[in-house]
Amino acid sequence: MSNTTITPHDIIAKAESLRNNLSTGFRDEIVKSIYSEAEKVAQRAVKTASNKKYDFDQKIDRLVTSPWTGLPIMLLLLGIIIWLTVSGANVASNAIAVVLFGLGDLGRNLFNQIGLPWWLTGFIWDGVYLGLAWVISVMLPPMAIFFPAFTFLEDLGYLPRVAFNLDWMFKKTGAHGKQSLTMAMGFGCNAAGVIATRVIDSPRERLIAILTNNFVPCNGRFPTLIMLATVFVASAFPAALTSFVAAGTVVGVVLIGVAFTFLMSWLLSRTVLKGEASAFTLELPPYRKPNFGRILYTSIIDRTIFVLWRAMQTAAPAGAIIWILANIPFGDANLARAIADWLNPFGLLLGLDGVILLAYIIAIPANEIVVPTMMMVYMGAGMMVNGPGTSAGIFDLLVNGNGWTMLTAINLMLFALLHNPCATTIMTIYKETKSWKWATVSVVITLGLAFLVTFLTASIARLFGWV
Amino acid sequence: MTNTKINLPTEHCETCPAFTQLEQMGIKVGDFDRVVALAGNPNTGKSTLFNALTGLKQHTGNWPGKTVTRAEGGYQFNNVKYKLVDLPGTYSLLSASQDEEVARDFILFGQPNCTIVVTDATALERNLNLVMQVMEITDKVVVAVNLMDEAHRKGMEVDTRSLSRDLGVPVVPITARSGEGVATLLSTISEVIEGNIVVKPMRVEGTPEFQKAVNELVPMIESMAPGIPNARWLAIRLLDGDARVQKAIISGELSGIVSRQQQIDVQFSRKMSVEGRQ
Repeated sequence: MSNTTITPHDIIAKAESLRNNLSTGFRDEIVKSIYSEAEKVAQRAVKTASNKKYDFDQKIDRLVTSPWTGLPIMLLLLGIIIWLTVSGANVASNAIAVVLFGLGDLGRNLFNQIGLPWWLTGFIWDGVYLGLAWVISVMLPPMAIFFPAFTFLEDLGYLPRVAFNLDWMFKKTGAHGKQSLTMAMGFGCNAAGVIATRVIDSPRERLIAILTNNFVPCNGRFPTLIMLATVFVASAFPAALTSFVAAGTVVGVVLIGVAFTFLMSWLLSRTVLKGEASAFTLELPPYRKPNFGRILYTSIIDRTIFVLWRAMQTAAPAGAIIWILANIPFGDANLARAIADWLNPFGLLLGLDGVILLAYIIAIPANEIVVPTMMMVYMGAGMMVNGPGTSAGIFDLLVNGNGWTMLTAINLMLFALLHNPCATTIMTIYKETKSWKWATVSVVITLGLAFLVTFLTASIARLFGWV
Repeated sequence: MTNTKINLPTEHCETCPAFTQLEQMGIKVGDFDRVVALAGNPNTGKSTLFNALTGLKQHTGNWPGKTVTRAEGGYQFNNVKYKLVDLPGTYSLLSASQDEEVARDFILFGQPNCTIVVTDATALERNLNLVMQVMEITDKVVVAVNLMDEAHRKGMEVDTRSLSRDLGVPVVPITARSGEGVATLLSTISEVIEGNIVVKPMRVEGTPEFQKAVNELVPMIESMAPGIPNARWLAIRLLDGDARVQKAIISGELSGIVSRQQQIDVQFSRKMSVEGRQ
C-alpha cells in the first residue's frame, strides 16, 4: 500500500482546513477585487463624449414601466395584436377554407369518376385530407399574423418591460418575477415556455412557473378561441363591431388565464411549494431596431411553419381515425357517434357535449386539432350546407345542427384555456423536472380546474335559466 | 443547410483572405478540428454572432435569458473546421442556477480550444466581471466588444487596445448585426489557438495567504486526476466551499466528465439538427 495516493476526501479535508485558516471574508475580498479591477480597466478604456445618451430610451421606459401607464399600455398592445390577428385571420381563414374544401370536392369527384372503391375515396378525401384542410384553414392565418407581431415586440426589447410591470404581482403570489417572461413565451408554445423557466434560479419558483405555464393559451389553442369568439360571441353584435368584440373576448379569455396563473401560483406557494419569493435583478435592455428580415424568417419559418407542420402531422392520422370510427357501424349509427353519445351525459354536465370530449381525447397529442376533429365528427352526421369552413357554415353546423348554445361556446373557451397540456408539453415538463410526479400533477391540476370551472359555469347558467 | 452569404463587409474587402475564407457550415459539425465557446452576459448579441458565423437561424430575442441551452453550429475558416458552441448568457459563473451551470461546465470540462466572451460596449464595466471570471478558468480567451454601433450612438468611445493591454488577451471590436469586425475576430481566434498570439490573462491574486492555500491544493488535485484541466480554478472553488465542485470530486465525476463531454456534444448536435429551434 502506498500512502502517497490522494483520495478525494483528502482534498476536501485539506480545503476545509485551509479555509478555516484563511481570514474571514476572503471570498468577499476576491469578489471585491474582481469588481474593482473591472472598474479600473473599464474606466481606462471607455470615454463618454457627451451626455445625450439614452435620453429617449429612458423617456419611453418611464412611460411603459410607470405604475400608472405601464399596465394600460401592456393591455393596449395585447389588444392590438389580438385584434390584428382576429380581423385578419377571419377573412383569410374563410378564403383558404373555400379553396381547400373546393379542392377536396374535385379530388373526391375525380376518384369517383375513375371508379375507385368508396372506402378509399372516403379514407383519403373525407378522412386524411379533410383533417389537413381543417387544420390549415383554422390555424395558418392566426399564426401567420400573431407570430410576426409577437416576435417584433420580442426583438424590440419589450418583454423585459412586461416582466418589470408584473414583477410585484408575481412576488405577491410567492412566485418569481421572471415568471412573466416564461408566461409570455407560453403564448407561442407552452413547451417553449416550460423550457424558458430555466432562467429562474430557485427550484421552487421554477416548479411554480412550470406548473402554471399552461394557463396562457398557446398558438395551438388561439385559433379555437378566435373561431369561437368570432362565430358565437361577436355574431350577437352589429357587423361593424364584430372584430372588436371578438378581439375583446379573446383578450378577456387571456386575462382569465393570467388570473388563474396568479391564483394557482399563490395556492402552490401557500401549500405544496411553500416559500418566499426570491429577489433578482432585472436588466432593461436598450430598445433595438428590430431586423425585419429576421423577424419574418423567425416567425414564419421557425414558428408558423414549424407549428403548422407539427399540427398537420397529427391532423392527418386524426382525420383517418375519425373517418374509420365514423364508418364502423355500431347499433343504429356508427362507432364515433356511439362513443360521443356515451360521453354525452358527462359533457352536458360541463356545459359541453360528448363530441367535444371525444375531440379532446383524440387531440391529446396536439391541441391544434381539437376544432378539426370536432367538426369532422359533427359532419359525419350530415354535410355542411352553408359552405364548409366559413364562419356561416360553422355557425349553421353547430347551432342548428347540433344544438350549441352560448353556454357551449363560452365553456369550450374556458375548457380550451384550462385543460391539460398537450403531450409535447407534458413530455417537456417531465424532461425539465425529471419527475413523473410533477408531470402528473400538471395534468391533474389543469384538468381538475377545467372540469370544476366549466361545471360551475354550466350549473350557474342553468340555475338562473340562461340556457 | 446551404452556405448563404452573410453581411460581412463587402466593400474594399473582397480580396481580404479573412473575408473570402469563411464558410458557414450550419449544423454539419460531425467532424471538426477546433471547438470555440461563445460566452457573455445576457443580451450582448451572442446568438446574433453565432448565427452570423454558422449561417444558422438560432432564435435571437431582445431579452436576457433567451438562450437557456447550448446551441452548436459549425464554420470553416482558412480550411480549419470549427465547432461553435453558443452558451447561455450569464452575469457570473459563481452561482448555481441551471443556465450558469451549463456555461460553466462547458468552459471547464468541454475544454474548448478558445472561448470568446461577447461583451456589451455600452456596459463594459459590468461585462468585464464575467470576462475576468472566464479568464480564471481558461487562458485561451478572446474578448469581442459587441454593439459598437450602439456605443457610438450613445456617444461612447471604447479603446480596445487599452482593454487588451490590461486584460492580457486580444480584444476585438465588432458589430455582430452588420458583420463589422467579425473577420478580424475569426483570424484572432485562429491565431490564439495556434499560439501565434500569446495570451497572459490578468488574474486577481487575492491575499498572499490565499495564494499560498491555492498553491497547496493544486498539486493534490493534479495528482488525484492527472490531466485535469483548470486545477487552479477547482482549488479556488473548493476553498470557497462550492458544494457542486466538492460533489464532483468525491463522486469521481470529475475524471469521467472529460471523456463523457465529447459524447454529449455529439448527441446534442444531433438533437439540435432534429429540433433546431427553441
